[in-house]
Amino acid sequence: MAEASTVLRRLSPLATQNTVSIGFLPPMTRITLRGEPDAARRVGEVFRAELSPDPLRANAAGARAALWLGPDEWLLLAPEQAGLAASIEAACDREHGCVIDVSHRQVGIEVRGTAGATVLNAGCPLNLDLKAFPVGMCTRTVLAKADIVLWRREPELFHVECWRSFAPYVLGVLKQASRDCGF
Amino acid sequence: MNAPFRTPTGGRVDRGATRRFSFDGRSYDGLAGDTLASALLSHGVHLVGRSFKYHRPRGFLAAGSEEPNALTSVNRGGGRVTPNLRMTQVELYDGMEARSQNHWPSLAFDVGAVNGLMSPIFAAGFYYKTFMGPKFMRGPGLWAKLFEPAIRRAAGLGVAADEGDPDVYANRFVHCDVLVVGAGPAGIAAALAAGRAGKQIILCDEGAELGGALLAEPKLEIEGRPAAAWLAATLRDLAAMPNVTALPRTQAFGYYGHNLVALAERLTDHLPGVDTTVPRERMWQVRAAEVVLATGAIERPLVFPGNDRPGVMLAEAGRVFLNRYGVKAGSRAVVATAHDSAYRVALDLQAAGVTIAAIVDLRERPTGPLVEQARGAGLRIVTGGTVMGTKGHWRVSEATVAHVSGDHVTDLQRIPCDLLLMSGGWTPSIHLFSQSRGVIAYDTATEMFIPGKAVQAQRSAGSCRGLFGFADVLADGYAAGLDAAGAAGGDAPALGDKAFAVRGDDAYGPGGFSGALPISGDGARAKAFVDFQNDVTAKDIKLATREGFRSIEHIKRYTTTGMATDQGKTSNLNALAIAAKALNEPVPAVGLTTFRQPFTPVTFGTFAGMSRGQMFDPVRQTPIHDWAAAHGAEFEDVSLWKRAHYFPEPGEDMHAAVDRECRRTRESAGLFDASTLGKIEVAGPDAAEFLNRLYPNSWTKLGVGRCRYGLMLNEAGFIMDDGVVGRLAPDRFHVTTTTGGAPRVLNHMEDYLQTEFPDLKVWLTSTTDQWAVIAVQGPRARDILLPLIDDVDMSAAAMPHMAIRLGHICGVPMRLFRVSFTGELGFEVNVPADYGRAVWEAIWSEGRAYDAVAYGTEAMHVLRAEKGYIIVGQDTDGTMTPDDVGLGGMVAKQKPDFVGMRSLTRPFLTGEGRKQLVGLLPDDDAIVLDEGAQIVDRAEVPNGTHALGHVTSSYRSGVVGRSIALAVVERGRSRMGETLFIPMPGGSIPAKIVSPVFYDPQGERLNG
Repeated sequence: MAEASTVLRRLSPLATQNTVSIGFLPPMTRITLRGEPDAARRVGEVFRAELSPDPLRANAAGARAALWLGPDEWLLLAPEQAGLAASIEAACDREHGCVIDVSHRQVGIEVRGTAGATVLNAGCPLNLDLKAFPVGMCTRTVLAKADIVLWRREPELFHVECWRSFAPYVLGVLKQASRDCGF
Repeated sequence: MNAPFRTPTGGRVDRGATRRFSFDGRSYDGLAGDTLASALLSHGVHLVGRSFKYHRPRGFLAAGSEEPNALTSVNRGGGRVTPNLRMTQVELYDGMEARSQNHWPSLAFDVGAVNGLMSPIFAAGFYYKTFMGPKFMRGPGLWAKLFEPAIRRAAGLGVAADEGDPDVYANRFVHCDVLVVGAGPAGIAAALAAGRAGKQIILCDEGAELGGALLAEPKLEIEGRPAAAWLAATLRDLAAMPNVTALPRTQAFGYYGHNLVALAERLTDHLPGVDTTVPRERMWQVRAAEVVLATGAIERPLVFPGNDRPGVMLAEAGRVFLNRYGVKAGSRAVVATAHDSAYRVALDLQAAGVTIAAIVDLRERPTGPLVEQARGAGLRIVTGGTVMGTKGHWRVSEATVAHVSGDHVTDLQRIPCDLLLMSGGWTPSIHLFSQSRGVIAYDTATEMFIPGKAVQAQRSAGSCRGLFGFADVLADGYAAGLDAAGAAGGDAPALGDKAFAVRGDDAYGPGGFSGALPISGDGARAKAFVDFQNDVTAKDIKLATREGFRSIEHIKRYTTTGMATDQGKTSNLNALAIAAKALNEPVPAVGLTTFRQPFTPVTFGTFAGMSRGQMFDPVRQTPIHDWAAAHGAEFEDVSLWKRAHYFPEPGEDMHAAVDRECRRTRESAGLFDASTLGKIEVAGPDAAEFLNRLYPNSWTKLGVGRCRYGLMLNEAGFIMDDGVVGRLAPDRFHVTTTTGGAPRVLNHMEDYLQTEFPDLKVWLTSTTDQWAVIAVQGPRARDILLPLIDDVDMSAAAMPHMAIRLGHICGVPMRLFRVSFTGELGFEVNVPADYGRAVWEAIWSEGRAYDAVAYGTEAMHVLRAEKGYIIVGQDTDGTMTPDDVGLGGMVAKQKPDFVGMRSLTRPFLTGEGRKQLVGLLPDDDAIVLDEGAQIVDRAEVPNGTHALGHVTSSYRSGVVGRSIALAVVERGRSRMGETLFIPMPGGSIPAKIVSPVFYDPQGERLNG
């Protein structure tokens, strides 16, 4: 009995020594582009990060990143910079696409640590195994009852984007989930 | 320790670790590793509960999760009460407080037992018969006074906790290559094989220890080692594989589509004290590429009169209590069986010192090694036997057995005993397989239902597919694990099948019985139980067939057999066999009912997870929320948003606050946080054409810098949303929606764009959360804003009503709408959300000079109702057209098409008698009508009076100086001046139909 129960404790996923840290990111400039490939190409030149047509992939160039969210939709993230949205809008041919500044619409949350995927999986039904959701993958998905955009920046670093009014809930879910996972 | 039925050695309990507990207030001790059931049995306690309907004394039937009788309520303090736990699964911890259930006033003296005397009345379908029986039975008096209380008392097991549950519950979504359900020999072998193949494996088992049947096999040897040592070593091997997650105390309770299997993991219930740092239970929602079901088999009871007395037990349960827990379930046993496996039980018990009074074998000529061993051990065997009945009130004291030949029963004999072990053979546990929609097959050779064709990526292994004997089961599990690993795809090392050398494996001969044992006499009062938990007897099932039920699905519902929380684990096969015999049909022709989730009961907390209290739903707050809270606002929920409802000053109630907010807004100005309004940016060269097709009014001619009110219709022509749309540029519109309608409208637009209008170059972006919106309404609105804005000409001439301008306020970018939902001069300031609070405070500061107020949603409702402006969803109900609400003029006559256009021409929408929006003034100007109240044309209202409509909005209006209401009334616009009646409990209230515009009917104040 004693021997078997030791084995069982070691088998329990709760016993593993994992870490996670969760916190809001500083304000960023956020821009959505909806439009045709040509518009994406032109915007990418100004943004200095290509808007890749590869589905569910984020193209990071330095601190900037262009996240593919749909066949005609990208989310551009950059350190806060006045005038960036205007210059990108100017670059976009309005016949072929539409650029909107949504810097204030969203909040970024960082989930970092070996248990980040496990914590996210408390509310996100996707397979976050590194093989199934590799570094650079991004998607719209849900976290419990909130819509989020999830982007894996590093093996143990996720960037979560959500609408600002959902941010307290999203952070609350992640914090509760990290407690539920024993952190 | 005085536990007279504990063996001196053996079992997996820790004899050095005493666990004290109480049951029904009496103290006992047990050992670490005990269940509540084994600990009570070690003290000879068999009476542990009362049955559901007849309140008969009940004991333990089983040793595992299939237990139907021995349900307990465990109280962990502070509201942590869990009823209906199976004592056979409750792990003992020090200080446990457990109680029996379903009796009053006590377990030994239960008033409800009188139901047993009335059993001829409470027969199958009693509930339905109270509706259908003779008139005296259907009378309201009998129903209210007798039947309903009786049924309510009987219905439901245990008592729910009456306090909030303080525990936390967790959820986890997980994907794996192979999910193995059940960690008995088949499951462990499957996990071993799939694990060696390098796949991601989850192995779960409902038990506290992994091992299943191996935990009760002291004599078995596997690969040269005792089964326990082999098990420990194998679990160590599995633990060493990083790709294997093994979950004990984890019940796979539901099998859903696309290989989604739900598991409930019990994390803390087995621990003493309350560990608040860990969730109590965790739901695992497993998406498995491949599933191995290794769910084992459940022993079948025999159906004979008195088979439910405490001390009557499934045979293998007696063996598990002995071999796993070191507990003898009695001292003198009768073993009744139709299967060889019970001989093993008799031999083990005899070796432990239990007297085996007789083995009663239903078979005429049982043969085989186990039978020979029993004979060799000198055990008395009654072949061709049956059990006619039992005696003993709190516990079985005697079994009446007999010999059956044909229809005759001879050689009746009474055998004293304190334990009656029974075995009708084994029923493969195909619950999860059935839930997965797999096709169930009937094996005529073994008379077993087994898994047939799987319809999901899944296979069954071991006893759950009818294999018995450990060598076969282990090899089958291993092969299933390899098969699953191969099917899961990817690279896998080539592993061959594996045979497991097993010694001490008893071979079974043919056997098994389902149905009711033959008894003498008509058995009119005999209670031979089929479903122990729902108290369904063999007689009930026969009665149902006599009353014309032929489908097993109907018999199940009529008799409630198999419908208790145990999901018919021990009863389904016997019920089916009895019905088949009564209907004179073969068993497979009658068929099996579908098994349902959950396999065992799951707590509500596990389903709720973290969705409780503040986390039940997202609580959306505007950027101005904290300011409103600091200024004393009361909030109301509007969809997921918290909105300021009103801002009471000291001493004010809601009515006074709303009255002041409305008055000051009309006299000077009011500030309103409209940030929750839905906002959608519609952009692209075809944006105007898109809006043309979507809205009933025309957008082509709307100039840049101008706004228009839009009603959005669905395909049926009914109003689904409304809002103001501003044209920012020839190719760009700022569309607003109702607070609750934003996601619906965006989906509606996106849906049409993608499916109906793919030719249009239009792109949609939700900007609801991008903009904070501050409405400044009232004659002083412009004066308040002027000092803060220097790049927009706000004069009436330059910026008329329904204009939109881009500019800056307090130095931040702004979209300024001149719009009004109050009928006053008004503006709505849109600024990026992070600036919302600062801009609001700046406007508020300016407003102080004019004694402006902040107003909430209640004042907003009153102000708009005074003007007859509708609120979609309040004054409309999903069946209103533009004409119904007096906005028929907005519908363009010249457009080729728009969403809902054809529907608007349907006769029903154009005919007479449509309900139309009107105003309503009660004759008594102090009466505020109830919203939702019906409207009729007469003061006296006999039954069947036709309702002409109902009140949709009703308020006390300060500016009108009386109560006002909006209503929808048949042909309302042709009834101006008519008096109609609102029937209320205190009498009908007369009210006059008037125009819905109560204030400033010319609309002059808008143009200030």
